Amino acid sequence: MDTHAVAERLAQLTLFADLRWPELEAVAHAFDEEVFAEGQRVLRQGITGGAFYVVLDGEASVVVDGVERTRFGRGEFFGEISTLTGDVPSADVRAETLLRCLVVPGPELEAFLLSHPAVMLRVLQAEARRLRDSNRWH
Amino acid sequence: MSSERPFPPGDYDVVVVGSGPGGLQTGYSLGRLGVDHAVLSADDAPGGMFRRFPLFERLISWTHLAADVPRESREFEAHDQNSLLAEEPELRALVTGQMADERRRPAREEMEAGLRAFAERARVRVRYGCPWESTRREGDRFVLGTPDGEYRCRAAVFAVGMTEPWVPAVPGLELEHHYVHVETSGDRYRNRRVVIVGKRNSAFEVGEGILRHGLRELTLVSPRPPDLGRLARSPLRPWYLTAYDEHVRGAPGRYVLDASLERVERGAGGYRVHLLDPTREDPLVLDADDVIAATGFRAPLGDLPELGVATVLDGRLPALTPLWESIGAPGVFFAGNVTQAAQGLRKHGVASVSGMVCGFRYNARILARHLAETIAGKQRAQEVLDAERVVPYLLRELDRAPELSIQKGYLARVLRAARGGMVDEGILPLEVFVDGEEDGVAATLEFDATETIRPVVYSRHRGELHELALPPHPLRRYDGLVYGEALEDLLAPLLGRR
Repeated sequence: MDTHAVAERLAQLTLFADLRWPELEAVAHAFDEEVFAEGQRVLRQGITGGAFYVVLDGEASVVVDGVERTRFGRGEFFGEISTLTGDVPSADVRAETLLRCLVVPGPELEAFLLSHPAVMLRVLQAEARRLRDSNRWH
Repeated sequence: MSSERPFPPGDYDVVVVGSGPGGLQTGYSLGRLGVDHAVLSADDAPGGMFRRFPLFERLISWTHLAADVPRESREFEAHDQNSLLAEEPELRALVTGQMADERRRPAREEMEAGLRAFAERARVRVRYGCPWESTRREGDRFVLGTPDGEYRCRAAVFAVGMTEPWVPAVPGLELEHHYVHVETSGDRYRNRRVVIVGKRNSAFEVGEGILRHGLRELTLVSPRPPDLGRLARSPLRPWYLTAYDEHVRGAPGRYVLDASLERVERGAGGYRVHLLDPTREDPLVLDADDVIAATGFRAPLGDLPELGVATVLDGRLPALTPLWESIGAPGVFFAGNVTQAAQGLRKHGVASVSGMVCGFRYNARILARHLAETIAGKQRAQEVLDAERVVPYLLRELDRAPELSIQKGYLARVLRAARGGMVDEGILPLEVFVDGEEDGVAATLEFDATETIRPVVYSRHRGELHELALPPHPLRRYDGLVYGEALEDLLAPLLGRR
């Protein structure tokens, strides 16, 4: 996918809905796209050094102690909790299809969110919804 | 070299395409392992990209001639990032023999001569002047079309480099503006206003190169800010950063901008470059006499995407598994600097150094062994380590293994659990062990979140994976008591000690 296409894809995602075009292009240009084969692991439970992933295409499953808890599809994101708290990821995330993600490396996430407060608000809204729905998880 | 061209069209277990460092290392390693293979190249001599690039400057990888270990030793590889790997001591460190002085980084032509010396002395056979033109699948075989005829193989390895000039889709920015067309000598850029698109190695390299020739105005522009943390620690710092330094200090006519390029208009005698800076409302417009797109290269993948080869980064690189096999087209492998597409665990965002010879020479050797085992069915002798030898062996590897100190966080020494001790699986991508199933241990060196180098050991016992980051050492020596005790403790269950 070229950078322009990635920016267009980002524009369709709620997370980035408030960004103007040059900002979208800058985001698409600043962070790498990573592709995972079906079955490949993206995040690993208990292993340090993760990143923040936004799903551009495909589906990923969240597996805790070998049990699938939920799935992430296009526009959803993961990895922010361990990145922001410094804890190790509490789940494996595994590609269930060919999976394309935008990747914000752990050390860059804080600066990225601070420089894009509208994205931070969208992340916060999503976290609030996840918290509200957390009884479905546990 | 004999006048007879090697590798006529026909059936081979493995066909390698390319005669740059990646192709030469893969061809050499497959030959040593006795794998039936052919190496094809469109060029007429070895060297790949180094026959032409970098345009102005020396390489950014070091060769330390005054190292305190013998040049024929494995340890010297960490001091010499540019020579290819050989089993025979007399074929090692061949770039050192080409370097004219004690400068620590070879010039382009010294690197090329070192690769040529390796190809000749190691007798790496290549069918030169035989470009790969097409690819198709036929049953369990790949068929590679060339002007000489068809090559059938069970696995194809593309070591084709990042050789195709690439420019982003910006109206008015064309291939004719690309870095490859920059004139390196004379007064071409004297008294001119130049806009360079890009802020990576080649952009700073060209900026520095043409500044020497009396430039009037120089602007570097791209959306991504320069990674100053990385640049400050990079070998580019003393050579390439005049433009940045002068921008920071406010020199008139020297600008390094974070903005996206909206369009380039050609006018009478020059260009108007329209920029969008996301932090400003009004557009920025630059007048320039020349526009140079230092926007990088892409892998010349030809028709491989039609076989299912998935790509990343604007289609510039193939998406790869940890063992450099195409995601989407099993049986298609890659060697050379394209292997940077395999990112590994990328902990804390740290990438592999597979884009450089020092990193991908190991990838190629591991890939050759992987193909020898999986395609050619060759079993290798596996050494079994008694329980008491395991910890000293791992500490010695952390201390000395050039693979670990160079390919930090990507390659690891892997041992598999076995009765009474452990079996040495060799140097493998860390991800292969971490995402595998077998009990064992993998030792690697990594940058942590503060970019400090430290040994990290992963162990799996009864299916449960543990990660142990050991303390850093100021001289990067990992043979002390603290390391031994921590490893003994971590591995006790695996070694049957509790």
